Amino acid sequence: MLKKFFDNIRPNFEEGGKLKAFRSVFDGMETFMLVPNATSRSGVSIHDAIDSKRIMSFVVIALMPALLFGMYNIGYQNAAAAGKLAETGFWSMFLYGFLLTLPKIVVSYVVGLGIEFTVAQWKNEEIQEGYLVTGMLIPLIVPVGCPLWMLAVAVAFSVIFCKEIFGGTGMNIFNPALVARAFLFFSYPTSMSGDKVWVAAHEVCGLGYNLPDATTMATPLGEAAAGLTPSASFSDMVWGLIPGSIGETSVVAIALGGLLLLYTQIASWRTMFSVFAGGILIAVLFNMAGIEGNAVANMPWYEHLATGGFCFGAVFMATDPVTSARTENGKFIYGFLIGALAVLIRVLNPGYPEGMMLAILFMNMFAPLIDYCFVQRNINKRLKRASK
Amino acid sequence: MKTLYKIKKGLDLRLQGEAELKLVKAGLSEEYALMPTDFQGIVPRAVVKEGDRLLAGEALFVDKATERIHFVSPVSGTVVGVERGERRKLLRFRVKADREQAFKNFGEKYDAAHLSADSVKALLLESGLFGFIRQRPYDVIASPDDTPKAIFISAFSKMPLAADFSFVVKGHEEDFKNGVRALAKLAKVHLGICPAQINSDLLPISEAEVSVFDGPNPSGNVGVHINRIDPVNKGEVVWTLSPETAVVLGRLLRTGKLDLTRRVAVAGSQVRQPHYVETLAGAPLADLLKGQLDTDTHVRIINGNPLVGYQTDVTGFLGAFNNEVCVIPEGDDVNEAFGWIAPRLNDYSTSRSYFTWLLGKNRAYDLDCRIKGGERHMIMSAEYERVFPMDIYPSFLIKAIIAGDIDRQEALGIYEVAPEDFAVAEFVDSSKLELQRIVREGLDVLRKENA
Repeated sequence: MLKKFFDNIRPNFEEGGKLKAFRSVFDGMETFMLVPNATSRSGVSIHDAIDSKRIMSFVVIALMPALLFGMYNIGYQNAAAAGKLAETGFWSMFLYGFLLTLPKIVVSYVVGLGIEFTVAQWKNEEIQEGYLVTGMLIPLIVPVGCPLWMLAVAVAFSVIFCKEIFGGTGMNIFNPALVARAFLFFSYPTSMSGDKVWVAAHEVCGLGYNLPDATTMATPLGEAAAGLTPSASFSDMVWGLIPGSIGETSVVAIALGGLLLLYTQIASWRTMFSVFAGGILIAVLFNMAGIEGNAVANMPWYEHLATGGFCFGAVFMATDPVTSARTENGKFIYGFLIGALAVLIRVLNPGYPEGMMLAILFMNMFAPLIDYCFVQRNINKRLKRASK
Repeated sequence: MKTLYKIKKGLDLRLQGEAELKLVKAGLSEEYALMPTDFQGIVPRAVVKEGDRLLAGEALFVDKATERIHFVSPVSGTVVGVERGERRKLLRFRVKADREQAFKNFGEKYDAAHLSADSVKALLLESGLFGFIRQRPYDVIASPDDTPKAIFISAFSKMPLAADFSFVVKGHEEDFKNGVRALAKLAKVHLGICPAQINSDLLPISEAEVSVFDGPNPSGNVGVHINRIDPVNKGEVVWTLSPETAVVLGRLLRTGKLDLTRRVAVAGSQVRQPHYVETLAGAPLADLLKGQLDTDTHVRIINGNPLVGYQTDVTGFLGAFNNEVCVIPEGDDVNEAFGWIAPRLNDYSTSRSYFTWLLGKNRAYDLDCRIKGGERHMIMSAEYERVFPMDIYPSFLIKAIIAGDIDRQEALGIYEVAPEDFAVAEFVDSSKLELQRIVREGLDVLRKENA
C-alpha cells in the first residue's frame, strides 16, 4: 500500500515533475518508510541489515530517558523554586517541562533538517541521517531558559559551518551539537550560564508557577565554583533533581541510554570507559592535592561525575564515532584525555564552572593526531619490515 | 612442523542451501566458454577465430604483453563465438564441444621430483595453467618474468556457501601433492589448511610449509595467510593459486593432458537440492542448474559465492576461478516498511540492534541481495577492523584509496591486499560502501602508476 502511494506520487518529484525541488524530501520520506529495494551491483551480493538509519534511530532512542527525565525535572525545579513542591503533581510537572522542551526540539529539527534537505537537494544526494541525533542532542544540552531564536541561530551555524562545509555527516571534525552549544555560550553568555537560566520562571498554559524576577538557582557546579558547598544532596545529583541543562542532570536516565548504546555496540566502550577513568583519576589527584579555597578541587570524584555534563558528554558526545578517534587503541587515549581535561577545566578555570564541552571539542581537534600516531606505528612497522 | 595461527577477527555467516556432500557427474555440454574478463590484469589477444577447430588444452587467447601466457580451451571442438563488447573488448570465447573429446598432448608422464624450475614454468605456460596463477601485489595474473618469493595456496574457504575443498579433492589427493611438489621447484610453497584438514589425506606433504589457520571467515583467504606468514613488501612478489589448480597440475603431470575437470558446489536457498557437480571450467550454468530452479524471476545467479562472486544469468558460463554457483533471492520485489526500526527477525546483522545474536550461531539465513540502506560516508569507526584479520588499518587504507593518495596507500599496505579480503567488511559496512570495487580500482590505478 505504501509502495503504491510512493509509486503514484513519484513522477511529480522526478526530473521535469512539478515538485522537483522537493526530490530530496521525497527520497528521505520514501527511504524512511520503505526499505529501498535496490540490490547490489558490484562486490558482495548480500548485505548486513544494519544501516545508518538504524544506528541513528537507536541513538535517538537511547536519548529518550534523558529527554523524558529532563522534562520532568524542568517542572520539578520550577515547583521547587516556587516552594510548592508538595502541592504539584507528577503529571503537571512533566507536562510543564514537556511544553517548554517541545518547541526547542521542533525548532532544532525544523531548522537543522531544513538545511540538510536543502543541501541534499542541491548536491543531488540522499539526505544523511546524522542530524536526527544532533537535532535531539542540541535541545538537551541547553538551559531551559535559552530563547528559541538563539537556538535556531546556533543550529543553523553549527549545521552549516561545522558539518556541511566539511562534506556532511562523516566528514566533520567537531561534534555539531557541541559546536551549537559553544556558539551559544560564546555569543550569548548571559543566556547560557550564570544563576538565572537553569529554572523556567514563567507559567505555560496554566501549568507551573511564575517566579519572582530575583529568583536565582545555581547548578551544583556553579555553587562549587563560587566557593560554596553544593546544596543538593548526592542522591539528588544521581537522580538528576538538580538545575542544569535539560538532558544532562540525571545520571540514572543517561545510564539507561548508555547501556543501550554499549549493548548495541553503537558507542565504543573504550571511549566511554576511559572518559570516566580520566575524570576520576584527575579528580582524585586534585582531592589529594587539597588546594585551599578551591571548592571544585576538593569536590569528591563521584560528585564530579554526577554533576554538570560529565555523564552526558561521556555517553553521548565523546562516543560520536565521526569526531572521536577512529583507531581502537586511540579511543582509550582520546577518552582519557576528555575526562581528564573536563575536570581540569572545572577546577582551574574560575570563569566557567563546566569543562565537558570544551574538553570534548578540544579532543575532537586532537583525535586525528592520536590516530596519526597509531597508524604511523603500523606504517613504520611495514617500512622496517621492508628494509630488513 | 605445522604452525598454528589463531584468527580472532572475522565473521562466520551461514546461509541456507549449503551444498550437500553428494556428487553428480555432469555429462558433456553443448558449449563451453572462457571469459577473458575473469583473468584480472591481462589484455587478451585472440589467437583463434570463429570456425577454428582446436583440441582441449589449445590456446584461445594469449596475453598481449608477453604472448607467453596461454589461456586454453577446456574442451576440443569448434570455436563458435568470439564475443566482443564496447571498444572491441574481448568478452567471451565460446567453443562447441566435440562428441569425442581429444586432448592436446603435453608430453608423457612427468616425475615432479625431478623436474627443473624452468621446465615447470614452461609446462605451466604452455598448458594454460599459468593463467590461473595470481600475484600479489595488485591481485592480477602473474607475470612469467617475475621470480616470486613464495607461492601461497589456501586449501579451504570460509566464505558462505563456498565449496569444501576437502570434499572437492577427495580421491585426487595424490594429484594435489604432485602439483604442489612441482610448484615447489619455482619457489617456496606455503599451504594454509584449517584444523579439520590436519588429519586428512592432504597431508603429509613435505615439499610445502604447512600452516593451520583457525578462525572465522576470512581466515581461508590466502591474503590473510600471506599477511601472517610472510607479508608482501614493496618490490616483492608472491604468487597465489587455488588448490584446484594444483590438482589440475598434478593431473597434467600424471597424464600429459590438461583436464580442467572440477567439482563445483551448486548452492543457495533457491536451489532445490544443493549438491556438488563434477564438470569442466567454462561449463554452461543452464546445465549446472538444470531442474534445480523453481523460478528464474527475482533470483540472482552468482558465479562464485555471495561475498566474492559476481552476478550472472542463466545463459552464462562457469567462471574460470569459480568453484560455486549460488542462487539466492534478488529481493527487488520485497517491499518492507519501516525497516530501520522493525525487529526483522529473519534478517542477519552483526549489530546488536537486531536480534541475530539471540538466535544462535548456527542458524542459517536466507538473505536477499538488497543493500538495505543508502550509501554514506564512513561514519562508524572500527567496523572494518572488527572483521579484518590483517595487520593493516582497513578504514584508513580505504580512505587513502578514495582520496587517490598513492604514497599513503603504499604506506598503509595496499600491496598486501586483494579485493576479496574486504568482502566481509563490505558485508558488515553500515555505510554501504562498495569496498571491493574501491580496492580493485585502487589496485588498477596503482599498477598503472607503477608500470
